[in-house]
Order: sequence, then C-alpha cells, then structure tokens
Amino acid sequence: MASLKDVKIKIGGVKKTKQITKAMNMVASAKLRGAQQRIERFRPYADKFFDMLGDLGGQSEDAAHPLLAARDEVKTTGIVLATSDRGLAGSFNVNIITAALKFAQSKKAEGKDVKFYCVGKKGRDAVRKLGYEIPTALVGQMNALDFGMAASVGNRVMEDFLGGSLDEVFMFYGEFISLAKQPPVSLPLLPIASAGKEEGDVPAKAKDYIYEPAVDGLLAELLPRFVKVQVYRGLLDTSASEHAARMAAMDNATRNCDEMVGALTLLYNKTRQAAITTELIDIVGGVEALKG
Amino acid sequence: MASLQLDIVTPDQLVLSRAVDYVGAPGLEGEFGVLPGHIPFISALAIGALHYKAEGKTRYVFVSGGFAEVSDDKVTILAESAETAENIDFARAEKARKRAEERLAQKNEAVNNIRAESSLRRALVRLNLQGKN
Repeated sequence: MASLKDVKIKIGGVKKTKQITKAMNMVASAKLRGAQQRIERFRPYADKFFDMLGDLGGQSEDAAHPLLAARDEVKTTGIVLATSDRGLAGSFNVNIITAALKFAQSKKAEGKDVKFYCVGKKGRDAVRKLGYEIPTALVGQMNALDFGMAASVGNRVMEDFLGGSLDEVFMFYGEFISLAKQPPVSLPLLPIASAGKEEGDVPAKAKDYIYEPAVDGLLAELLPRFVKVQVYRGLLDTSASEHAARMAAMDNATRNCDEMVGALTLLYNKTRQAAITTELIDIVGGVEALKG
Repeated sequence: MASLQLDIVTPDQLVLSRAVDYVGAPGLEGEFGVLPGHIPFISALAIGALHYKAEGKTRYVFVSGGFAEVSDDKVTILAESAETAENIDFARAEKARKRAEERLAQKNEAVNNIRAESSLRRALVRLNLQGKN
C-alpha cells in the first residue's frame, strides 16, 4: 500500500500538471482567436476572387490551360499534407495523417508513386518514418503563417505538375467547422476541376466587362492564384483547427486532473485513517496486555 | 463631384478602402486610368506602382501583381501583396534587390531566373516609391 507521503507527492504532481494544461488551454484559445481573425481577413479577398473566377468561368467555354488538363495516365500522385508543428492536440494530427496515409497506400496499391509536400512538423515526421519521398517540407512555420507560405507551396506543386513529375495533387488538411469538429478533409488541387464552373451555374451577371487581357489570358493569371488561394485556405483552416483541437484536449486533461486529484485525496484520507486505526489497535492492545 | 470607391485587398488584410477621384494602375498590357463613370472592366495587374488622387493629392501604393475590377464606380484591387508607400520596408527591399542582383549575376542554371527577375522588379518598384507619399 502506498505510504501517506507517496500519495501526497502524487497529488502535488497532478496539481502541477493541471496548472500546465490549464495554461495551455488559455494559450490555445488566444491563438485560436488570432487564427480566426486571419480567416476573417482572408474572406474579402477569397469572396472577390471567387466572384471574378465565376464571372470568367461562365465566359470561357473551354479554356485550355495546362493546369486544367487531366492526365490520361496518372503515374505520380502528390499529396500536400497540412498538419501542426506541435503535438498535444488530441487526435487532430493523427486523424489527418491517417487519412493521408490511407489514401497514399490506396494509390500505391494502384501502382502509382506518391510524393508528400509537408507543411507542419508532425506530418513530415510521420511520413518520413514510412519512407515516402518528400520534395519539400515547411517545418516550424505554422505560427507565422501568411500567404507567402501558401504561395511557395503552391508554386512548388505547380512547377512539378507542369514539369510532368506530378500528375495529380491532393491536399489533406483539418477543416475548421466548429470548436468541437475538425475533420480531416481531402481536396483535389490539381488538375483544377473545372474551376468556377459551379459558380458559373449562377446566371451570368448583367454587366458586360471588358477584359484585359482577353478571357483566356486572364484565366491564365487567375488559375495559378486559385491554387494558392486553395492552399492558403487549407493552411488557415488547419491552423485554426489545431488550436481548437488543442483547447479541447487541454480542457479534457484539466478535467481529468481534477478527477485524479479527487481520487487521490480519497486514497490519502483512507490511508491516513487506516494508519490511525492501526495505531489505536496497537495502543488498546498494549493497555489490555498491561492489565492482564 | 462623383467619386470612386477604391478597395485594395490582399489575402492577409484590407490594405486600403477610401473614396478617391482617380486611380491609375499598372495593367499587364500597360498602365490604365480610371475616372468615375468608367465602364465595367477587369484587368490583370503587373508588378508596379498604383496611384490614386484624393483631396488634391496623389498617393502611391505598391502592388505585386493581381487583378483590378472596375464596376459601378468601384475599383477593387486583388493583390497578393500591397503596401501603401509609407508602409514599405525599404531596408528589406534594398536587401531583396541586392540578393536578386547577385542571383542574376551568377547566371547559374540552378537559379530560377524568372523568379529572381520578378523579385528584382518588386524590389525596384518598392525602392522607387521611397519618399513619394
């Protein structure tokens, strides 16, 4: 049986852990607010961008752009894997990585090569362990996430796609739905699946724009940016999701600490009482013996 | 007098939103000017300096390419990055210029010339705007 002192030390330890998890919870909630603000700031750009793309998509019938062209034979699949740099976020990273790896394995089973473009340390570590090829990895930069980062990932993937070393590209990231829900999502990045066509279903606006350069030229400018916008959106979501997941995980941990302190205190009291009882029996026994 | 609403948005923030009298922007096929009453117009932008007139003053904004949409006396600029002249980090631009020039001077196959050239152009445009506002 644990001694009184052992139990006391353990209670102290659990209380300290609780302080840490509580602090991490608060830090995560502050960071989540920052991440959500960034999503908010991105929205005007994204909205306008999709408006424009929708306008143009409706105008151009069959814009032949290399980024739109699906390859007849897919030999190499690229996966952009967005995860967090740090752990202690519950199953958040594991979920994304598992989804991506499952996908990679199914592609492998079809005889395709799989390459990973990693953003975030956790994803890179997991993928590296399994020996997949990793052309680029951005590690330790999730904290300073900006559009430039998304642009560099996007550019790299597009270069490889246009250069022929990739035939299709998917992105895996944690979609931010709510504080309690951040499911892993896979998004086909390249070739661009009839970009803006869904928006094109909306009846074309009455406005007759003058385009400069002509529609196809503009699309050639818009499409690469579309890829970057998609990547950026994925990264922003991942960052928000990470903090939300960490908040939930730390909240749980704090609650578990409380429970554990309760259980340990009970044990402490029981042990103490047991000790007192034993002592009393000793004394009473001694007195009885003397009487004899 | 009728005026234009100028909005400059980047993925990271809303750079500028105000009423102006005139906007001159670096289109991909040449500079163009927008006055109130302009017909609806969409253009791709080159790396360059955008300027606008408001309250009798001309002000400059750096844009690193993107798009401009003109409709209903509203000018919306979508740029990957944009900075008003007073917010440009000139020290950084100077460093970027040196780095780009070095890269171009190396004439190395491994160096992506197109990328170095456009980063040189960005740096030069930024430096040109020094003290303009």
